[in-house]
Amino acid sequence: MIAGIILVCSIVFLLQFFVSYCRSLIAASSKQALSPEVRDVTGIAQSATGEDFARVMQLLRLCPESPEDRSRVQAVGAYFRLLNFVRSTLARIMPALRAWTETERSQCAYFAAVALERRIAFSRDMLAQQMDA
Amino acid sequence: MVVCSLLRGSFQRYLALNCYMLACIFVSVGRFRVLFTHGFGSQEYAFFYYYSDVFLTIGLYFTLTSLYAHVFEEMAAEKSIRFGSILLLLGTALFSFAIVMQSGPRIAGRFFVEVSQNLNFVGLILTYVLWAAILKLRETRTRLIQLVLSLGIFFSLLAASFALRNLYPALHSVLQSLYPVTGCILPMTWAYAFWRFPEDARLVPSRLAVVPR
Repeated sequence: MIAGIILVCSIVFLLQFFVSYCRSLIAASSKQALSPEVRDVTGIAQSATGEDFARVMQLLRLCPESPEDRSRVQAVGAYFRLLNFVRSTLARIMPALRAWTETERSQCAYFAAVALERRIAFSRDMLAQQMDA
Repeated sequence: MVVCSLLRGSFQRYLALNCYMLACIFVSVGRFRVLFTHGFGSQEYAFFYYYSDVFLTIGLYFTLTSLYAHVFEEMAAEKSIRFGSILLLLGTALFSFAIVMQSGPRIAGRFFVEVSQNLNFVGLILTYVLWAAILKLRETRTRLIQLVLSLGIFFSLLAASFALRNLYPALHSVLQSLYPVTGCILPMTWAYAFWRFPEDARLVPSRLAVVPR
């Protein structure tokens, strides 16, 4: 009985902490402006939408990973899947939740675009170092 | 994580976190030595593993209280926090002892396992209270927010896995393979928080609440 209560509490807390942690990662990158080059590549002209996320993630996988952002991208990827799950289940009944998931999904896409920008810069640095060597 | 914090000049400011990480390193080395000399199935290894686990859990508990001191530093509540945390620790130990006393012989070994599990759950509740305080007080320090949230993820994963183990003992082998993954969460997320965010980085905390404010 007690173990069951602890399990339910810890899963609820885990979800809350995980969502807040992912939102803190996303919020930190939302202030960063995208370069025109990345906007061209990703097709994000004005603001990102949730539909852009898969495409930007495919582009991200083409770039060499920097050790710094690997776990962050994985965490936000898991958050995006969680949002998709909420969108296809609970959000069908609650319209307010649907609007919230759409906003969150678009922010995830923007986060991925910022990560892409960083990886491009990282690749350029690596190339420059190799050229110098 | 300790290297990141040293490079960013935050070693002293977050002394408890760094000491905990250093203790983790020493304990891991110690466990490896005992494992290497006595073997996995030996009583020495089992003793060392469980005693060091309690030591690390208590260490993490005090690390959490140091985060409380950071959040409430303007209120100068450090003494009250220290007193309260020791009282809660003693209470948890007494509660664990009472449970172990009811369940037969070999008290010492089971007492340490029980204390460790209960402290993890107390840690989870305290982290949740701290997170609520951060939202209420509109704490904006990005690094501190990230440190608290990753601690919350770690505690909830541990508490969930302990509860699952008690509910479904058959899952023990599956859960055992998850512990190394759980163990990586704190060093990775804390190292990232120290490396990526300077002490003066700020964030609007209302953006992080699951329920929009």
